Amino acid sequence: MAAHTQVALPLPILPEGWSGEKDFKAIGKLTAATQRSIEPVGPHFLAHARRARHKRTFSEDDRIQAQENVKKVEDDDAGEISEPEDPMMLSRDAKDWKSQDHYAVLGLSKYRFKATEEQIKRAHRKKVLRHHPDKKAAAGSTEDDSFFKCIQKATEILLDPVKRRQYDSVDEHADVEPPTKKQLKDGKYYKLWSAVFKAEGRFSRVQPVPKFGDENSNKEDVETFYNFFYNFDSWRSFEYQDEDVPDDNENRDQKRHMERKNNNARKKKKNEDTARLRKLVDDAMSGDDRLKRFRQEANASKNKKKLEKEAAEKKAIEDAKAAKEAEEKAKKDAEEKAKAEKEQGKKAKEAAKAAVKKNRRVLKGSVKDANYFAGSGNAPAKVVDGVLTDVELIQGKLDPDETAALAQKLNGLKVADEIKGVWKGEVERLVAAGKVKSGEVKTLV
Amino acid sequence: MAAEGQTSGTTPGERHAIGICFGNSNSSIAYTSVEDKAEVIANEDGDRQIPSILSYVDGEEYNGQQAKQQLIRNSKNTVAHFRDFLGQDFKSIDPTHCHASAHPQEFESTIAFKIQDKEGDEESTVTVSEITTRNLKRLAQSASDFTGKQVNSAVITVPTNFSEKQKEALTKSANGAGLEVLQLIHEPVAALLAYDARPESKVSDKTVVVADLGGTRSDVAVIASRGGMYTILATAHDYEYAGSSLDKVLMDHFAKEFIKWNATDPRENARSLAKLKLESEATKKALSIGTNANFSVESLAEGIDFTSTINRMRYETIARKVFEGFNRLIEGVVKKAGLDVLDIDEVILSGGTSHTPKIASNMVSIFPESTTILAPSTTPTAISPSELQARGAALQANLIQEYEKEDIEQSTHPAVTTVKHLSNAIGVLAITGDESKGVFTPIISAETAVPARRTIHINTPKEGGDVLIKIVEGGSHIKVTKPEPKSKTNGEKQDDDSEDEDDSDEEPEDIREKVWKVGNVLAEAAVKGVKKGGKVEIMVNVAGDLAVTVTCREIGGKGGVRGNLAAP
Repeated sequence: MAAHTQVALPLPILPEGWSGEKDFKAIGKLTAATQRSIEPVGPHFLAHARRARHKRTFSEDDRIQAQENVKKVEDDDAGEISEPEDPMMLSRDAKDWKSQDHYAVLGLSKYRFKATEEQIKRAHRKKVLRHHPDKKAAAGSTEDDSFFKCIQKATEILLDPVKRRQYDSVDEHADVEPPTKKQLKDGKYYKLWSAVFKAEGRFSRVQPVPKFGDENSNKEDVETFYNFFYNFDSWRSFEYQDEDVPDDNENRDQKRHMERKNNNARKKKKNEDTARLRKLVDDAMSGDDRLKRFRQEANASKNKKKLEKEAAEKKAIEDAKAAKEAEEKAKKDAEEKAKAEKEQGKKAKEAAKAAVKKNRRVLKGSVKDANYFAGSGNAPAKVVDGVLTDVELIQGKLDPDETAALAQKLNGLKVADEIKGVWKGEVERLVAAGKVKSGEVKTLV
Repeated sequence: MAAEGQTSGTTPGERHAIGICFGNSNSSIAYTSVEDKAEVIANEDGDRQIPSILSYVDGEEYNGQQAKQQLIRNSKNTVAHFRDFLGQDFKSIDPTHCHASAHPQEFESTIAFKIQDKEGDEESTVTVSEITTRNLKRLAQSASDFTGKQVNSAVITVPTNFSEKQKEALTKSANGAGLEVLQLIHEPVAALLAYDARPESKVSDKTVVVADLGGTRSDVAVIASRGGMYTILATAHDYEYAGSSLDKVLMDHFAKEFIKWNATDPRENARSLAKLKLESEATKKALSIGTNANFSVESLAEGIDFTSTINRMRYETIARKVFEGFNRLIEGVVKKAGLDVLDIDEVILSGGTSHTPKIASNMVSIFPESTTILAPSTTPTAISPSELQARGAALQANLIQEYEKEDIEQSTHPAVTTVKHLSNAIGVLAITGDESKGVFTPIISAETAVPARRTIHINTPKEGGDVLIKIVEGGSHIKVTKPEPKSKTNGEKQDDDSEDEDDSDEEPEDIREKVWKVGNVLAEAAVKGVKKGGKVEIMVNVAGDLAVTVTCREIGGKGGVRGNLAAP
């Protein structure tokens, strides 16, 4: 837009008789436009957006932009002197420079350790312009250059990196006091402690310093923070608070004594400082709800595992118990069954025995009923004996079933011949089966 | 949550922003050097084009070129071509390109990949947003390693048809990677910005076609660039003709060659196919640089090594269909914008596929000679097409990183970006030597966003005196004149090659030219007493409500004429 298009073709000559009010005649109007959206990209769009948002025309915008650019320089220059000067500070004596707040003297108390060298130089110049003793003399006041000396001293210290660091080490104006319990009650725990650790972080050799974070910080960040501050590598030193070492013309021993004393004092202060920071971190940590939350979460997951393990063990034991019980029961059942079977077997045996006995009685009875096959009248003892011997012989050869069958046949028979027939048949059967030799049985054949 | 809170909290002072071009196939990252020049960063492997691929082997993550190699051996655990899946549901995605890598799956109304991304055999389901986060994390890490400062914010390019949902998903993924998204800008505009930010380029009114030919899709946009402000007039998207279709052509070609000597078809085996594809892509790239390229794959199929060569001519012949597809696409979008190829002042070829010389030479034949084709083969000073978008994004990041988040949001609000655009050009009537009738000379082009202000310096007649300034609206149309049928008479004399005759008949094309037609007269003004050889400055200022202010004065002269036209 800045470059103007050059057109080589000439303009027409004004026709005769043309006239317009102030040489201008408005004739038509623009045809309706289409609505489109422009791409919010590029430097020219930014300019457009600026104009649109502030409702400026092109020329207005050009002017304001130009003004802003100029203003920026002025702002920078005016910035540092804007701090009001404390009358108490103005009447300071340069001799006790150790207790003076160098940043305040230069009007940089809001920047402190953050002030750049450029800022210090500029601030110095401004202060010099205002407080130069010659100017004061010209204004008619007494030739009081004490504050000017303060300014010079402050600049000397702040522009020397070593001395500045020594001063920054003990610059308690930049410290942020740890919050009291009362302050913490308001619930601004993270905000208050953040400010404290931000201030402490300025002593760290390792930059950037991790942030304290807020209640939503994750575990990793919080742990990084605490680890950082427990292993804090501080450049803080306490030379600035040394007692003055006497000049050479005094006692040399005295001088060395002072130096030793100062050294010890520095060490002591350094240790105290380390301990102080440690306590600070401990305090912050003890009230940190995030850590509690992380612990609870960790416990929850750990407990979950433990509970699961216990449940599994319990289940295993129960399973084993149940299995054992089942086994015992099965065993018992089997035993009982065996016992019952045994008893039954015993009964059956007894019954069989009784049956055999009964059958045997029938057998013996049958020969007795047949009067020992001796016809009528008393059978001689010899016959009886013979018959009974045979009967017993046969009985001995028969098993209980055969005995029972024989007894069946004999049962109810009264006639001697029939009984004999049965016996005879039985003997023949036994002979045929080879159980009895023929001729062994004499009387029953 | 914590990460998001952290990123949105970055103040302009702590910002270290880069530009990211996050594509389906490749991504690139760029930063602005001390002298505000955008430069593309090479990752630790030395690649400026970092394949957007992540691969997992035994719990270890690989990205870029290393991951691409894994497509052969470890395709199941390699995720590729996932950018377009962001913020989409499973129904609306096209998984074609993921065929040779991990397959997308539906997962809780979004899309996920099942991969073994940890040690052991356990498969885990990783959503596409998670994959994107991991990829962006790697990109940011590469940029941080290169610049030595932790990168915490970015401008990311997106296609013009990215929906709000997709943009939201991308922003979320970027936040997950520890990046604050300063702005999402459209890819073609980023490419245009990269060219316009070159120190030698002047701010002017021009109409530009940006053809972004990528790996899996081609997007073309017609952009009106008016005084450095960009308005997209029309866009077209094509998923058929893209870099992968050129790969396909070469793959088929070499597969056929292979079959000639061996009985097997390498396209039937997944691993052989992957090897074929990788080498085809390499061959394609080699053909963009040289006129001959080798194709050689060890153990392409069944342990048989395969070597072949192809020259550019042959490649251009077999890939003609695809090239014609590109041509149709670009011609189509110019028509869609209601313009003619004669209206186009610049064609920017962007995207990796645009390295192909044939595409640029096709553009030369489609567009008139007055059109600048910005491609490496036609313009020696052209910026590498694959770096354009990342550069544009980096430039934009550099521009806006000083602003508060709120400021950026307000400036990109539709209330600011939606403005009226002139439907007709505004110009002044000048005369040529003999013509007494006026010749329209545009001052402000059509499609210029209002408010707009333009100034021209115009000659006066040699003898000076009083001149008339007539401010008019003008429309352009295409005048087609039949050329003199001179060749025809020539042809008739040569009866013997009458067959060739038919072809050459069409050769003398119609002469087409853009002519201005004077429309509505807006105002007349007179500048009196112009010195001999003096010049007149005309400033036309169109306000947001279409009210026009015209200021005319003689350069070096006092006073001048000023007049207003009320808003319609």
